Amino acid sequence: MSILSNFQVIADNFTYFMIGRWPAGPLGGVGLTLYLAVVSCILSFFGGLILGLLSVSRHRWISWPSMLFINTVRGVPLLMVIFWMYFLLPALFGKVPESQTVIMALTLFTSAYMSQIVRAGIEGIGTGQMEAAVSTGLKHWQAMYYIILPQGLRNMIPSFVNQFVSLIKDTSLAFIVGVSELTHVGTQINNRTMAFPTEIFFFIAVVYFILCFAFTSLSRWLEQRLAWRKAI
Amino acid sequence: MIQFTGVHKWFKQLHVLNDINLHVTPGEVMVVCGPSGSGKSTLIRTINQLEPIDQGSLVVDDMDLSDKKTDINKLRAEIGFVFQQFNLYPHLTVINNITLAPIKIRNTPKKEAEEQAMQLLIRVGLAEKRDAYPAQLSGGQQQRVAIARGLAMRPKIMLFDEPTSALDPEMIGEVLQVMQDLAKTGMTMVVVTHEMGFAREVAHRVVFMDAGTILEEAKPKDFFCNPQHERAKQFLNQLLTPMHGAGALCD
Ligand SMILES: Nc1ncnc2c1ncn2[C@@H]1O[C@H](COP(=O)(O)OP(=O)(O)OP(=O)(O)O)[C@@H](O)[C@H]1O
Ligand SMILES: [Mg+2]
Repeated sequence: MSILSNFQVIADNFTYFMIGRWPAGPLGGVGLTLYLAVVSCILSFFGGLILGLLSVSRHRWISWPSMLFINTVRGVPLLMVIFWMYFLLPALFGKVPESQTVIMALTLFTSAYMSQIVRAGIEGIGTGQMEAAVSTGLKHWQAMYYIILPQGLRNMIPSFVNQFVSLIKDTSLAFIVGVSELTHVGTQINNRTMAFPTEIFFFIAVVYFILCFAFTSLSRWLEQRLAWRKAI
Repeated sequence: MIQFTGVHKWFKQLHVLNDINLHVTPGEVMVVCGPSGSGKSTLIRTINQLEPIDQGSLVVDDMDLSDKKTDINKLRAEIGFVFQQFNLYPHLTVINNITLAPIKIRNTPKKEAEEQAMQLLIRVGLAEKRDAYPAQLSGGQQQRVAIARGLAMRPKIMLFDEPTSALDPEMIGEVLQVMQDLAKTGMTMVVVTHEMGFAREVAHRVVFMDAGTILEEAKPKDFFCNPQHERAKQFLNQLLTPMHGAGALCD
C-alpha cells in the first residue's frame, strides 16, 4: 500500500470533514470551525475595543476593575475558560448549545488580549493628538472616536491579525466539550477507521494552515487598501 | 478677557506657577518669554485648561475656570490653540482637519463649513492644499493649517505655544506673517515665543517668566531697552548675542 493511497481516508470523508452532517444534520467540520472563528472574531473585536477603552479610562473606578478583569482572564488557560462557560452558562441561563458556550469562551478570552492591543494602540498615539482635538472643543469621547481610534486602529491591524490567527487555531479546543468542529470531526473519523491517524491529523494541520494563511493574506490586502499617507 | 489672580500650580513638589497675576484685555497681543522650564507652556495651557490650576482664580471670557460648573468644552471652543508640534490629524485631509470641529460641535452643515475653511485657507495662503494630507506639507505649511484649524471655531482668543520653534529657519517668516495679519484683525492673542522681532513689531505687552513667576511685564520697547531684572537682561543677552548684541531690539 503506497503512502498516497492511505490518504483515501480523507477523500472518503471529505464532505464530513468540510461540513459535518450538514444540511441534513448540524453543521460540523471546517464549516463549524469557520463559524466559531468568524463569530468569535467579530464579537471579540467589539469586546476588545470596549474593554480596551474602559481600561484606558481617565476614571480609576472604571479602569481599575476592567484591568483586574482583563488580567484575570489573561491569567487563565483558554481550556479553563471553556470549562467555566460550559458549566457556568447553563447554570445561569438553562440549556445553552455547546457551540455557543465555546463562542462565549473564545470571545471572552480573545477580547481580553485584544483589549491590550487596543490599549497599546491608543497609548501609541501621542498625547498631542488628544490635546489638539479637545482644545478645539471636542468632547473627550469625540476626540477618541474621530481622532485617536482611527489612527490607533490602523496601527493595531497587524496585532489584530495575529490574535485572530490564534483564535482560528484556538477553536480546536472546542472539541473538548464535544463541539463537532474540524478537530473533533477528525478525532471521530480516526476513532472509526483506527488505521490512519498520521494522515488524518496531517490533513487537519494543513487545513488550519490554509485557513490562517488565507486570513493573513486577506488582511494584508485590506491593510493596504486602508493605507493613508503616514504622518510626520 | 483673561484674568489670572494669585494662580498657583504644582507638578508634585515642583512649583511651576507661583502667584501669577495677569490681565489680558480684548484685542491685546501678549508675548510670553523666558528661559526653558520657566513655566511658559504651563501658563498658556492653563488658559484652556489643558492644565488645571491648583490655587487662585482664572477667569477667561467671563467663565470662571475654578468653578466646577463651567463647561470646559464650551470654553475651549472659544479659544484656538496652536502647538509647537502642529498636531494636525494625520489621517485627515487639510480641509477635514479644519472642518471637523465646526461640523461635530456646532453642527455646521458640511458645505458651509468647507466654504468657511476655504476662506481660512486663503487667509493663510494654502487654498491649493485643501485635499493634501498633513504629511505632504512642509512644517511651515502644517503650522499655517494648524492656525486655520484653530480659527475655524471663530474663537475669541488664540493661544500660541512656541509656534515656530519646530520649524526650519526659512519657514518661520511665513508663520509669523500669518500671526501678524491675525493680530491686525484685533484678535486677542497670547504667544509664547523667542522670536523677539515678532514681539517688538506685533506685541502690545511682553511678559518675562522665570522659575514659575512673572518677573517683568512691560511694553515691548521698555522690555527690550530697559529690562528691570538681572535675569531678564541675561536672557536677552543670551538670545541676541553674538549676532546683534544686547539692545539690538531697542531703537
Ligand atoms: N506634565 C508634567 N509633569 C511634571 N512636570 C512637568 C510637566 N510639564 C512640565 N513639567 C515641568 O514643569 C516645568 C515648567 O515646564 P514648562 O513646559 O511650562 O516650561 P516652558 O517654560 O514652557 O519651557 P520650554 O521653553 O522648554 O518649553 C519644567 O521644569 C517641566 O519639566
Ligand atoms: Mg514650553
